[in-house]
Amino acid sequence: MIDAFMRRIGFAVVALFLAGPLIVVAGVSINEKQSLTFPPEGFSMAWYGQIFTDSGWRAALVASILLAALSAALAVLIALPLVWFLWRRIAPWANAFRLLGVAPFILPPVITALGLLTFWATVGFYGQSWTAVISHAIFFVTLPLVTLSLGFSSIDRSLVEAAATMGADDRLVLRTVVLPLILPYLVSGYAFAFVLSLNEYIVAYMTVGFTMETLPIKIFNALRYGYTPTMASVSVFFVVIAAVVFALIARFGDLPRLLGAMASDQS
Amino acid sequence: MRREPPRTIADYAPLAFPAIMLIVFFVVPFSTMIAVSFFRRQQGGFYTPDFVIDNYGRFLSAFFGGVLGFSLALAIMVAVICVGIAFPFTYLLTKTSRRVQIVWLVCLLSVLSLSEVIIGFAWSTLLSRTAGITNLLVAAGLMSEPQALLPGFGAVLTGMVYQALPYTILMLYPALVRLDTTLLEAARTLGASPLRGFINIIVPTLRNTIIATLIMVFVFALGSYLLPQILGRPQHWTLSVLITDQAIYQSNMPFAAAMAVFLVLISLALVGLTLLAGGRREATA
Repeated sequence: MIDAFMRRIGFAVVALFLAGPLIVVAGVSINEKQSLTFPPEGFSMAWYGQIFTDSGWRAALVASILLAALSAALAVLIALPLVWFLWRRIAPWANAFRLLGVAPFILPPVITALGLLTFWATVGFYGQSWTAVISHAIFFVTLPLVTLSLGFSSIDRSLVEAAATMGADDRLVLRTVVLPLILPYLVSGYAFAFVLSLNEYIVAYMTVGFTMETLPIKIFNALRYGYTPTMASVSVFFVVIAAVVFALIARFGDLPRLLGAMASDQS
Repeated sequence: MRREPPRTIADYAPLAFPAIMLIVFFVVPFSTMIAVSFFRRQQGGFYTPDFVIDNYGRFLSAFFGGVLGFSLALAIMVAVICVGIAFPFTYLLTKTSRRVQIVWLVCLLSVLSLSEVIIGFAWSTLLSRTAGITNLLVAAGLMSEPQALLPGFGAVLTGMVYQALPYTILMLYPALVRLDTTLLEAARTLGASPLRGFINIIVPTLRNTIIATLIMVFVFALGSYLLPQILGRPQHWTLSVLITDQAIYQSNMPFAAAMAVFLVLISLALVGLTLLAGGRREATA
């Protein structure tokens, strides 16, 4: 009895800590006037409309979504052949590339950001918007690498052998057996990279910060000149996007397994 | 079709694109940064190829020593607090139903993926005078008038714990979910209380996991660069902030690069330690 009660309290405290700042931000985002007050005074959804009607915020939103969609796709394109090769061939040395892909994610992000800044400045493309796509793809390639590695390790090799015995070549096996089996992992890898790219600040700032505004850059720039309620509404909007994406992954995939737990039927 | 070593050029073909991308856009930039850290700085924000170690020499200044000491101390505090909260929490979480776990995982991932900008903005609102938590205390009669709780060290620490806590929980989750509970059940059968079982059995069993998580959270906290700027004063700036500041605003790329190389060495040494801890765990398992 006391056990269950203590557990409830512990969960509630952590939940309140995690949700608290977001509740306040959601509160100030519906203020009627342009003031930073909580509890909110009046009710207005106008600041949510502003994300789409104000040309500055809309441009930043479009830039962010384009960047996230393209860089996540590129990250998957880098990860998929690499993981397939590691799964298909016996080549332990090739694991070095997997390590390279995971490194930017483990090291403090400012390091990758600075490396890319010096690189783009040296080759003379500093500030071009497409450099951000490549930079984010490299920075977040870890995510599809990890989910796809998990996906490939879950493929029953006897299925592949059966297909090969029936005369299927690599290409046919890849298309008809492997891809359908790893599709959920591919989609979650893409989704993870997408959401994180949407929220990423330092790499985008160091590579294209002076020529293009993504939403996080726009929020930070706006923050320096004072407060506008649109920051609050954009923040809430981003939390909702992340929650929806992860809920979809949980609905159509196996989230505990993706995060390192054993297959669901065993846990 | 069996796994076999690659033989023909065609066998290597799938590796070409990922290898080129990772080498050109990660290895080369990384090496460029190391090279720049030895370059000579010119007035006006440019730098020329050279081989000087002055940029590293500046580490010996009292100012740099202060920033480094503060960054390390802050990251250690964040790591200890996060693991202290996350370990019992994650343990309890793994005891709940699958549905409850999934809801929590979705929430944790959502908070984890939040931009540092948004976390900084959210906490600066929560701790502000006009929209902050002190208004609640005033309403409850515990305080006479609302006040701002930032900028300050407490705000920086709170913000960074907030940022790192979901990461910590998700790092601990796999180990705790897979935990073999037979020992614990044995202890319970012999009359140990749940708390006693947790402290005497779970914690020692997962000692290496706890150490590895502490180090990973420490490295994660070292990377925080916006929260100290938004929630703190200049004396709360960390090494990451200083690197950004030198690179962008002071236009001193060589010095920024030298500090980044230094940060890499610290991080790599620590991550190496966690791999060692993990390796020992596998050896004993």
